[in-house]
Amino acid sequence: MEKEKTMKKNDWLLLFVILLTAALIFFIRYFVGDEHPGYVTVRVGGEITETYDLSEDQTVKINEGTNVMKIEDKTVNMIDANCPDKLCVHQKPISKNNESIICLPNNVVVQIVSQDESELDAVTN
Amino acid sequence: MKHKVAYFGVFAALALIFSYVESLIPFQIGIPGVKLGFANLITVTALYKMGVKEAACLSVLRIVLSGFLFANLFSIIYSMAGAGLSLLAMALLKRRGSFSVFGVSMAGGVAHNIGQIIVAMLVVETFSVIYYVPVLMVAGLITGLLIGVLAREMLKRLAKLELRL
Repeated sequence: MEKEKTMKKNDWLLLFVILLTAALIFFIRYFVGDEHPGYVTVRVGGEITETYDLSEDQTVKINEGTNVMKIEDKTVNMIDANCPDKLCVHQKPISKNNESIICLPNNVVVQIVSQDESELDAVTN
Repeated sequence: MKHKVAYFGVFAALALIFSYVESLIPFQIGIPGVKLGFANLITVTALYKMGVKEAACLSVLRIVLSGFLFANLFSIIYSMAGAGLSLLAMALLKRRGSFSVFGVSMAGGVAHNIGQIIVAMLVVETFSVIYYVPVLMVAGLITGLLIGVLAREMLKRLAKLELRL
């Protein structure tokens, strides 16, 4: 064991195999791992009235036009509402699981249902 | 070998101290969950100087003690899984004889992180944690290599010490 000055041939081999495997998993994830972005549910008065696909860019009228939301680039944004304060319009766009935009005056709740976990998904420590 | 218990105690104490020092100075290098794993230096040294069984004993002892002293039950489970897989990989590679302490330690580092990610997958109950595997593999490779460098120096200086039972 004392004569080991540097890494042996097998050590290098192991190093490269591990690096290669890591790179492989990374690229598989990068190219194939494009899973379904999820859905957005629309609730009016507590009942789910519509469900839309997040991957389809579209502009949707909610509740017969009291609110208008826009689905674009897998994020949902409320772009118009007929209520006076327009809090829901000013809210930032949502894209992560369980995030929601709520319009209280019109009783409208827009919520994301997806695999894309929010930044705080679990505490392990 | 004489003084077996004494040597065992010294090694266990050393491993515990390493764990403690590391818990004081967390290695914040931007990747969450990655640390050097100083205590593994003792495991590698014990593996070479004593044997698999002794190294396993030391690992378990160190994890339980440091887990209850500095962390919590969860971290004990994580550490156990990591250390178990790590020791298994290291013992297998060492037995093959064609790997130096660098290779053995590297495999140990990578296996340690893979063991932990398996537990994380079971705990969080999502498969998506697997996408963190490449990062942790490379991290394990680097920390394993560093531990290997340290272990080689340590083994060189302990060459005269006969600990094999």
